[in-house]
Amino acid sequence: MPKKVISGNYAAAYAAKHARVEVVAAYPITPQTSIIEKIAEFIANGEVENLEYVPVESEHSAMAACIGASAAGARTFTATSAQGLALMHEMLHWAAGARLPVVMVDVNRAMAPPWSVWDDQTDSLAQRDTGWLQFYAENNQEVYDGVLMAFKIGEHEKVNLPVMVIESAFILSHTYDIVDMLEQEEVDEFLPPRKPLYSLTDFDNPFSIGALGTPADYYEFRYKIAKAMEEAKKIIKEVGKEFGEKFGRDYSQMIELYKTEDADIVFMGMGSLMGTVKEAVDIFRSEGYKVGAAKVRWFRPFPREELYELAKSVEGIAVLDRNFSFGQEGILFNEAKGILYNTDANPIMKNYIVGLGGRDLTVNDVRKIASNMKKIIEKGELDKEIDWYHLKR
Amino acid sequence: MNTLFREKKANAKKIMFKSIDEYPEAPITLGTTLSNFTGDWRNFMPVVDESKCIKCYICWKFCPEPAIYIKEDGYVAVDYDYCKGCGICANECPTKAISMVREEK
Repeated sequence: MPKKVISGNYAAAYAAKHARVEVVAAYPITPQTSIIEKIAEFIANGEVENLEYVPVESEHSAMAACIGASAAGARTFTATSAQGLALMHEMLHWAAGARLPVVMVDVNRAMAPPWSVWDDQTDSLAQRDTGWLQFYAENNQEVYDGVLMAFKIGEHEKVNLPVMVIESAFILSHTYDIVDMLEQEEVDEFLPPRKPLYSLTDFDNPFSIGALGTPADYYEFRYKIAKAMEEAKKIIKEVGKEFGEKFGRDYSQMIELYKTEDADIVFMGMGSLMGTVKEAVDIFRSEGYKVGAAKVRWFRPFPREELYELAKSVEGIAVLDRNFSFGQEGILFNEAKGILYNTDANPIMKNYIVGLGGRDLTVNDVRKIASNMKKIIEKGELDKEIDWYHLKR
Repeated sequence: MNTLFREKKANAKKIMFKSIDEYPEAPITLGTTLSNFTGDWRNFMPVVDESKCIKCYICWKFCPEPAIYIKEDGYVAVDYDYCKGCGICANECPTKAISMVREEK
């Protein structure tokens, strides 16, 4: 298998190429730009066949073009970031509602103002209710693998929903790392051509999509999406397992558990910061602390059952949120707490708001968080529920 | 053309889903007006008085739906399955051959 030292953005572009996407519509925005630059390069060099790049004048149009292409039966790809994703918002509902498996790479970037191009998960999490599946990548390898799996999962006959693959701005998007890529034949075998649920190019059977849904019918279509999301959990595990068996990297867990078997304290989070946390866990383990890490790979559909299993055996969960819902708390913390409410799992949970707008989270920071959690568990009570960890006090 | 349309209308299946299993996965072909009649939105219905009609077809041109069709004998008739009762035809008719009558439901 060819190994290449590439950035997260190039990993995304290569994955789209290997998935044999047929239509790409995107609008450049930092730090996503180099994804579509690379795809444009593939087209210019004649490295791809049957790939149409649609130049558009905004992200709203980009998603509209993707919806049209996907409705016509094409395998469709796009990429964006922060403000661009927010501009797409209305169309995101459309893609999910019409059951179109568009795959998008969102490069996590903080929302302005103040103007920022650095890493923050609030942009993608603000789209959590649109009906898109969300996969958070930890490193460049997971960006590549995630995009390939996203097509297979989204286009599965039981799912038919759009998928967002999310990587961190600059930490992944512009940082070079070894990516173990697959041969084209291997990808072709794993990911056969798309079989659309319906296609606008089926001229013998004309129909309209998304026409008026009166109160007599709208409700049922919402339920269909809710059911497909639940079904997607099974498909995600199946596809992740198949990927592991074929290529050696296993994605069958929706929450990746790292040394949690006997852990008292577990750090939970999403995306690139979990790489730092895993390294910190290794160091604490060598010092005799029983800690572990739980990386939430799939935020939508949320792995409720896996979280419940984890929460049963641990004393404390420190949720590291690189995002914040104003007026409430970190979004992952909010979700995780809500899921455990009606169960008999009752770990102490604390929310650490970290790394907003690209601030670094170092191993030393995780050490401080661990010792704080240890104190809380010994005392048996929280000092405070939400900790703005980096605040200059 | 009218006969063809009426034939289609007669053959169109009314889309009525009774259980969740009958629904298609995606919201497709719902709301096709062949089966989804829009005429029941109406409060006033246009009635054509053929003795006053001069076959100018202004009503036929102005109907926004279009729910007015020309019969084989050259007079106009209203397709009440789709007429929403807007009254444009009655307003535009130069001989006042069309009157709007309150509909009894």
